[in-house]
Amino acid sequence: MLIKLTGGKVYDPANGVDGEVRDIFIEDGRIVSPDPNAKVDHEYAVHGKVVMAGGIDPHSHIGGGKMTIARMMLPEDHMHDTVARTDLTRAGVGHAVPSTMLTGYRYAEMGYTAAFEPAMLPANARQAHMEMADTSIIDKGAFVMLGSDDFFLRQLAGKKDFSAIKDYIAWTMHAAQAIAVKVVNPGGISAFKFNQRKLDLNEKHVYYGVTPRDIIVTLARGLKELGVVHPLHIHGCNLGVPGGYETTLETIKGAEGLPIHLTHIQFHSYGTEGDLKFSSAAAPVAEAINTNPNVSCDVGQVMFGQTCTASGDSMRQFITSRSATPKKWVVMDIECDAGCGVVPFKYRDKSFVNALQWAIGLELFLLINDPWRLFLTTDHPNGGPFTWYPHLIRLLMDKAFRNDMMQKINPDALKYSTLASLDREYSLYEIAIMTRAGPARSLGLKDRGQLGVGAWADITVYDDNPDREAMFTTPELLFKNGELIVRNGKIIKVVNGATHVARPSYDPGIEKSLKPYFDDYHTVRMDNFRLSDDEIINGGRGSLIIQPTGARVA
Amino acid sequence: MKSEMSRNGANHHENVACPFCGILCDDLDIGPSGDGLKVLKNGCVKSVAGFERPLSEPKPQIDGKDVSLDEAITAAARLIKESRLPVFGGLGTDVDGIRAAIALAEKGGGVVDHALSEGQYRNFRVLQNSGWVLTTLTEARNRADLFIVAGSDIHKLHPRFFERIVCNEASMFSDNPPKRTVVFLGEGLDQSAVAGKRIGEVLTIPAKADRIAEILDAMRAMNKGGAVSGDTIAGLPRAAVEDLLERCKAASYGVIVWAPPSLTFPNADLTVQAISEFVKEINLTSRFAGLSLGGNDGATSAGAVCSWQSGFPLRVSYADGTPDYDPVRFSATKLLDAKEADLLLWLSSFSPDIPPPDTDIPTIFLAAPGFKSARTPKVYIPVGTPGVDHAGTMVRVDNVVSLPLKKLRQSNLPSAADVLEKIEAAL
Repeated sequence: MLIKLTGGKVYDPANGVDGEVRDIFIEDGRIVSPDPNAKVDHEYAVHGKVVMAGGIDPHSHIGGGKMTIARMMLPEDHMHDTVARTDLTRAGVGHAVPSTMLTGYRYAEMGYTAAFEPAMLPANARQAHMEMADTSIIDKGAFVMLGSDDFFLRQLAGKKDFSAIKDYIAWTMHAAQAIAVKVVNPGGISAFKFNQRKLDLNEKHVYYGVTPRDIIVTLARGLKELGVVHPLHIHGCNLGVPGGYETTLETIKGAEGLPIHLTHIQFHSYGTEGDLKFSSAAAPVAEAINTNPNVSCDVGQVMFGQTCTASGDSMRQFITSRSATPKKWVVMDIECDAGCGVVPFKYRDKSFVNALQWAIGLELFLLINDPWRLFLTTDHPNGGPFTWYPHLIRLLMDKAFRNDMMQKINPDALKYSTLASLDREYSLYEIAIMTRAGPARSLGLKDRGQLGVGAWADITVYDDNPDREAMFTTPELLFKNGELIVRNGKIIKVVNGATHVARPSYDPGIEKSLKPYFDDYHTVRMDNFRLSDDEIINGGRGSLIIQPTGARVA
Repeated sequence: MKSEMSRNGANHHENVACPFCGILCDDLDIGPSGDGLKVLKNGCVKSVAGFERPLSEPKPQIDGKDVSLDEAITAAARLIKESRLPVFGGLGTDVDGIRAAIALAEKGGGVVDHALSEGQYRNFRVLQNSGWVLTTLTEARNRADLFIVAGSDIHKLHPRFFERIVCNEASMFSDNPPKRTVVFLGEGLDQSAVAGKRIGEVLTIPAKADRIAEILDAMRAMNKGGAVSGDTIAGLPRAAVEDLLERCKAASYGVIVWAPPSLTFPNADLTVQAISEFVKEINLTSRFAGLSLGGNDGATSAGAVCSWQSGFPLRVSYADGTPDYDPVRFSATKLLDAKEADLLLWLSSFSPDIPPPDTDIPTIFLAAPGFKSARTPKVYIPVGTPGVDHAGTMVRVDNVVSLPLKKLRQSNLPSAADVLEKIEAAL
């Protein structure tokens, strides 16, 4: 069946298309360039509408044990947003930590076609994938966490041959069915189990004697040499610490030019000026990102209201637990593998600290020049639920709206931020980069995040409403692999999305060291630790897309 | 039949995960033996009973009379359709079984709850009220130098827990790991499995189960520097409690273990809370963690899947189409006792020995063969056991690890998920 979208204004930055009026043709799920005489089976007149690829969220906590702990913990947050089943869609709950099916529906209703879970523990990978399998419609994928797992730390401390370390990284990506690797508070989650309460970039882990800097460089270099497209995804040391921006700058320097991705940098851009010793250091962080082309980032924008923070960073979350709202929280040490911390949180616009966090995130958006290296996230749900994205886009595109919002927040906070002096307004083209083309390129998603001939037809059509929040809240049409899924913001068809993975090569000889490690120390056998393809596919519930990796070096 | 092949044949399985308690040991060897299966390595009383249960393949029944599977499914669908408030209880199944049960409950407008929810809710209430600091099996196995077993007969629930997590000789953090102290806080707890090179002192503090919370609260107060008066605390000499606190503070990684199903006295959630608040307190200066066990009969899987799909850990009603959560009102037992429910679908695929609630409303039983019930169910559909008759996945009791279950023998028993999906399709 040949489908035609006629007369839309196309924003397709991957192909340099900036608002040109173009027709788009879809056949067999992909964008095609048909014979001029071919019969169009179905035409959608989208004259004057904005056409983009489906949105891609490169950092959103949608699946895994810590999300389900958060779900169990917060019935009061769900009860205000319960959704009935329909003949088409399943029941569920929304708000801060939505149920799985509803997560998929709400992403689709917002024009998104993919979201990536950034913190999948190897030990919890099976559950993370089961939750993602139950996340309707959208494609998904996950970044597997390394760097506080004892096998890696033993390799590093034992000065193992670098190629064995690379084998282990690649093995873990296969075993956990991951597309990328994340490090969270490098070494710090493990150090917390040894009762260390902080671990600076150059501070030694009390047991292994290695530093976060060693861990970052090893993993970043390993991934580069393995040909994994997405660089090491770094949740740095000292999250949320006033003065933590210096760690961020040191981390950039310490990467020695290797490609790195700094995630939720808003939480890592705090200075220590002023009476409360808390100020914005967005400017120096943005400057460092602007001048280091090996670095990409996402913001982790804070939005006001109730949410729940859920992180692998047990060390920092234990400290954050003092601010839990409501007063309940979970911290876990996990399987000689990782950890987690789940702390509900309410960001208040009248709070000096929270207002400043909000301002710092916006400053970073407005001060970082290259949208190809900057992605739009709230670190869902840590800075706020992903359903805030349309509001956030309006804050970035509409200076007058931003000014109005600044009037509502704690006025002292603005004294320690440059936000009020920033006039930049994002264009639709730049928004399309940050929410589509950039994440697709960074994650190595072949034929996604773009509208060129041959690309998969994940397409969103918006009304060109000057109220950008309204525009991005309710897309008129959403196609997933060429099928119409959403019309006027409502789901009309439900499909199962795919799971994107990357499979760098490794020497299977690594299992000679892994098998006795599992046998002697673990409570799971190596063979059972590994997730098979069949478990993802599970009789058609899911499917796999293996994204290309570059050639392995050594 | 495949199951009769030689030990060296295709039917000798290694690294088998065992679904018959919440720990999900996955190091079993299982092979064929006569008509059935035999646990060849790393068995325990529960796994032997579960895996070696002979295969029988009875027909589905309506009112005690054999019928075809299709007839039974049609009858079950009709009962659900006609029901005002069906309860989907038991839920002893794997992840796909729970998924199918929730989908059916949604469409049928019913309530979901697990057979062992009463125990799980001793934990869920604490999670929803104040939270905790927890650890997992591998972490405890390698790291703990002090184990406190609080009021729970762990050995009875999990026959290999002590062998695998407490008495293991190897630790990844030392070639010569320090000996462990094990404290049994409670009366009549089976200590027989605590032995071996790794075990140092084994202490018994014979507290009454329902007074354990007092001990934990007193230790928390003492640690904060508060005044705790009296020569006895919770019926124990004060010195015993002070000594325990000192051991907790001195431990490099203490672990306090409880199993909510064992805490069978009223308001036992407050004991779990006292344990959890004490653990939080100790963590201000040194490391300590809770380790909650239980989770038998797929309870952990049911709680997890229900939470990620509905937002709530069981006790959810879909009567009006939305997930309506009430941990008191939507207890299956309560709904049956109060005669608010007019149909019970009971699912129990791991063991024929878990009795369903005794109720005079119509019942649909999806159960392992050999299932016993005081009354004849309206519809009975025998189902296979996950990890024996069909493959599957389960969530381990620590809510972190999930394990794949294997199909170990040829059987004509359908999986619960298959049956539930067919009933849903027939609605």
